[in-house]
Amino acid sequence: MWKKLEKRTKSNIITYGMVIVAYIVVQGLMMTGNLSSLMQGLLVPLCAYVILAVSLNLVVGISGELSLGHAGFMCVGAFSSAFFSKCTQAAITNSGLRFFLAILIGAAVAAVFGILIGIPVLRLRGDYLAIVTLAFGEIIKNLINVLYIGRDSNGMHFSMKDSMSLNLEADGEILINGAKGITGTPKDSNFTIGVILILITLVIVLNLIHSRDGRAIMAIRDNRIAAESIGISITKYKLMAFTVSASLAGVAGVLYAHNLSTLTALPKNFGYNQSIMILVFVVLGGIGNIRGSIIAAVLLTMLPELLRGLNDYRMLIYAIVLIIMMLFNWAPKAIEWREKHLKFKRHKEKEAQ
Amino acid sequence: MSFISYLINGISLGSVYAIIALGYTMVYGIAKMLNFAHGDVIMIGGYVVLVAMTSMGMPSIAAVLLAVVVCTLLGVVIERVAYKPLRNASSNLAVLITAIGVSYLLQNIALLLFGANTKSFTSVVTIPALKLAGGQLIISGETIVTIITCIIIMVALMLFIKKTKAGQAMLAVSEDKGAALLMGINVNGTIALTFAIGSGLAAIAGVLLCSAYPSLTPYTGAMPGIKAFVAAVFGGIGSIPGAFIGGILLGIIEILGKAYISSQLADAIVFAVLIIVLLVKPTGIMGKNIQEKV
Repeated sequence: MWKKLEKRTKSNIITYGMVIVAYIVVQGLMMTGNLSSLMQGLLVPLCAYVILAVSLNLVVGISGELSLGHAGFMCVGAFSSAFFSKCTQAAITNSGLRFFLAILIGAAVAAVFGILIGIPVLRLRGDYLAIVTLAFGEIIKNLINVLYIGRDSNGMHFSMKDSMSLNLEADGEILINGAKGITGTPKDSNFTIGVILILITLVIVLNLIHSRDGRAIMAIRDNRIAAESIGISITKYKLMAFTVSASLAGVAGVLYAHNLSTLTALPKNFGYNQSIMILVFVVLGGIGNIRGSIIAAVLLTMLPELLRGLNDYRMLIYAIVLIIMMLFNWAPKAIEWREKHLKFKRHKEKEAQ
Repeated sequence: MSFISYLINGISLGSVYAIIALGYTMVYGIAKMLNFAHGDVIMIGGYVVLVAMTSMGMPSIAAVLLAVVVCTLLGVVIERVAYKPLRNASSNLAVLITAIGVSYLLQNIALLLFGANTKSFTSVVTIPALKLAGGQLIISGETIVTIITCIIIMVALMLFIKKTKAGQAMLAVSEDKGAALLMGINVNGTIALTFAIGSGLAAIAGVLLCSAYPSLTPYTGAMPGIKAFVAAVFGGIGSIPGAFIGGILLGIIEILGKAYISSQLADAIVFAVLIIVLLVKPTGIMGKNIQEKV
């Protein structure tokens, strides 16, 4: 039975299986009380990071563009959904339904921003996407830090100055309080929902990669001119990959936001460093390798907690790892050396023939 | 009067951006890569001057020269170790991610060496402030020095590229590497020279930036670096006069935005400008539209 399956199906089953097995193991550990509370607190953010890494891999690995604003899309998803949940906390009492709607909203808002950013930038050749997404992440962070929204009996109030200029009635409440962010978001997400979202992300991304559209995206990555000459619309397919990725990052943001009681747009959460962190997951796991992204995201989130002593050197080590990985994997001389001294790559190629 | 003083501040900040953007645009023109680490070379330049002046007691001119030398060497080493092996890589994503790695490496080395605390920087400029219009308009010494330095660098660089053999070689390499090689130009040497000049300029920019805004952290260089890139795109990446014009305009936009719209949103305004420029004229103000040939 296993042998009859296509290679690709096998690979997909391994990927899904890995997530499910990890879920069962963690549940088992939790049941028997073997998981420290520190680790338990990390589980939901971990799920969010896995989703972010997988979705960024769609842009970096499959579409061959560099996005440095993934945390920005996460931020958009987080704030739009937390705002929604806070508004409807009284109206929708079923937390499952509310969270489902919140996910849809977070994904949709992030996708809209993805399209808005993608349309001007993906028409251009070169490394513009990297810098514009970086700029986008900074704009979003700045905007949210000066955004004040309140609600009272007269309806919504909006300001970009401070909470006083909202002019709320006595019964009013502040929903988004500028740099203080959103407080009191209902804690709707948990580890099980996180894992379900990871599986949904995997279904979307893996199916996209192996579909006709996915092949078109990869054709553009491998040779733009050749792809264009056989009638593939470059902007359309690049935009597709980028928007799906942005929207999934939004979902990760929803998951992240509904695990925190106070959501603020700090550089630590949603800044440039966070975007780089996600990029490190993707590079370390292997560019274009979805399974690798998952493993790298899990390892790199768990390891620093286990190796607290190395905290000062963590980012330094990441930087060195990033450089060495890139040099080792991509430098023509390194590839030559690898093929000479590490034989296994050649064997694989022979098998394929 | 306050408008004129904002304008002058904007030109001063813009001059710093222009000097950084020159380094970006030269490297982009010749190596076709975004050197993300460029902003962090600025920060290293700032720390070198700080250490040289406070710990070693060097006079400011010597400290600045030392910073230029250190950053020039740093630029060449970075190019040699991290970028050169990837020059013929199959994907240009590789060198971009490596550049981000280098940027991170520099930031974290500075973090370990100097700590995360903000260091106060003593200005290297000793020229007294200029008082105009009966004391209503005050132009600080830093502003004067920054603007003059920027103009000198601009002119010197243009002359260097137009009049010297090395400058002509740079132009040739940025046009066509293969043909330049056939004409007997040392392509690797020329690229290294470009990185050296760019990084040396970054050191000067770092000193001027830290003199005008006297605080220094390991992350000081990151934001001006990104903004200078925006300036380079604004003016047309690859074009030296473009980097100058883009830098000055961006500085003015930022200061006026800070003064009249919102100080917290100044960065957002700068980045919004980038997105609008890319929408309307992707090649920038002075950029050439190059058709791709198959």
